[in-house]
Amino acid sequence: MPKRPLIENHLTVPLIAPLIGLIAVLTFSPRARAQARLPGAVYDFDRKGEKPGPAPKRDISGIWEPANGVAGGIQGKGAAAMESCKRDKPGGKYTVDPNAPVTDTGYATPDCLKPDVEPPYTPLGRETLKAHIPVEGYRMVPDALTNDPILKCDPGGFPRMNLHNFRTSEILQTPTHTVILYKFQHRWRQIWTDGRELPNDPQNPAWGNSADALPPEPRWWGYSVGKWADDYTFVVQTNGFYDDRTWLDNAGLPQSDAMQVEETYHRVDADHLELSIKITDPKIYTKSWVALDKLRLRLQSPHLEIQEMECSPSDQERWNKYFGSQTGPTAAPATGPDKAK
Amino acid sequence: MRHRVIAIFAVATGLLVVCVSLFAHHGAASFDTTKKLTLKGSVVEWFWANPHCFLRFDVKDENGQTVQWVVETQSGPNIVPLGYTKQTFKPGDEVTVTLTPVRNGKPLGRLLSVVLLNGKKLGTGGIVSGSGSGSDYPQ
Repeated sequence: MPKRPLIENHLTVPLIAPLIGLIAVLTFSPRARAQARLPGAVYDFDRKGEKPGPAPKRDISGIWEPANGVAGGIQGKGAAAMESCKRDKPGGKYTVDPNAPVTDTGYATPDCLKPDVEPPYTPLGRETLKAHIPVEGYRMVPDALTNDPILKCDPGGFPRMNLHNFRTSEILQTPTHTVILYKFQHRWRQIWTDGRELPNDPQNPAWGNSADALPPEPRWWGYSVGKWADDYTFVVQTNGFYDDRTWLDNAGLPQSDAMQVEETYHRVDADHLELSIKITDPKIYTKSWVALDKLRLRLQSPHLEIQEMECSPSDQERWNKYFGSQTGPTAAPATGPDKAK
Repeated sequence: MRHRVIAIFAVATGLLVVCVSLFAHHGAASFDTTKKLTLKGSVVEWFWANPHCFLRFDVKDENGQTVQWVVETQSGPNIVPLGYTKQTFKPGDEVTVTLTPVRNGKPLGRLLSVVLLNGKKLGTGGIVSGSGSGSDYPQ
């Protein structure tokens, strides 16, 4: 008996062509690929040969991730740290001398981690920088010796949220405001687009000047307003910060309650957004400077769930007892009962 | 069951260069990344936590002395994609742990990989971005 063909000849031509087309679309379209993955959507990254569609007008909504991965954004090295360390790959490892000496305050770190150009510190800015003892960047020390507030699970605040561990974030737009949901520390910010202006006095901030306005209140995350500079560029201004209890980044750069932060979100094409951040803080810096320059973000599947990335003070306290506090040159041994479970 | 150190590798000792991650949630200054140790021991506690899980395990040296080691890793949700769960270890489990030790010589380190009793190996690096891992740690 002759073998029956899998597809009858008369069906082959009309079926095969659209099938190949469909497979090609599913294979090469990032959005279609993402859709095909639901509900267990995973991250999309840039691929060679992609040709994203045009940028939609006045739309930065969606779930975004650094296009080059976690290390694509500013991490431990600190804001504007144009370090000269040689790396094995973008955002990867660097080379140091293993014989770097132990010092009273920690361990020496390579000169190549120092920024080529320092931020323009005022005398107060430099003094504040010295008071910050970070676990990352060119001044890093072991965990036991740091005074980094987020290692106690204090709020990282803004703009540190964008200048360290800037990871999966979702932007939601409504007619009156834009909301950004952040993975790191599971936080969110509200950016008003209803026409209101920034607080006049950054160190005594409040919305509006009417008699029924709420009393002034400094904030960890500041007061934010956003405006479209053009159809593809959304500019956010933020002031009214809490005080100098927050650091600008993981390298311990300082900020004050006089700071104003400008974020620029530029929609490059259908799949990409670029984020830049400019810092103005007359108490700490002699002039404005760019802390983040066009960080490229990649649009993700709408089915991608942002993971929890919380900081539990009691968990961290226990980690510190058994690990962090033991890492310094003169750390005391862990003792005493531990009831936390 | 008898536990002992089965191997201690001073990998790359004497080399002039070493790779250190820049991107850990907390820095690399605590660790001696010229060394990599592989230790066999018995689990005391697997602490599933945020922002850092840690594993405590007892190791017996060749003199019969028990030393308790603590290795840290990332937060629970960040290592789920690597195959870890809250139930991965229970007290008494025999494990073989590969770690980067701290520089001050104490029995502490950063978890690189672990082999479970059933032979399954779990790592801590090389997963994609967004999970908060990958390049965060020396590979």
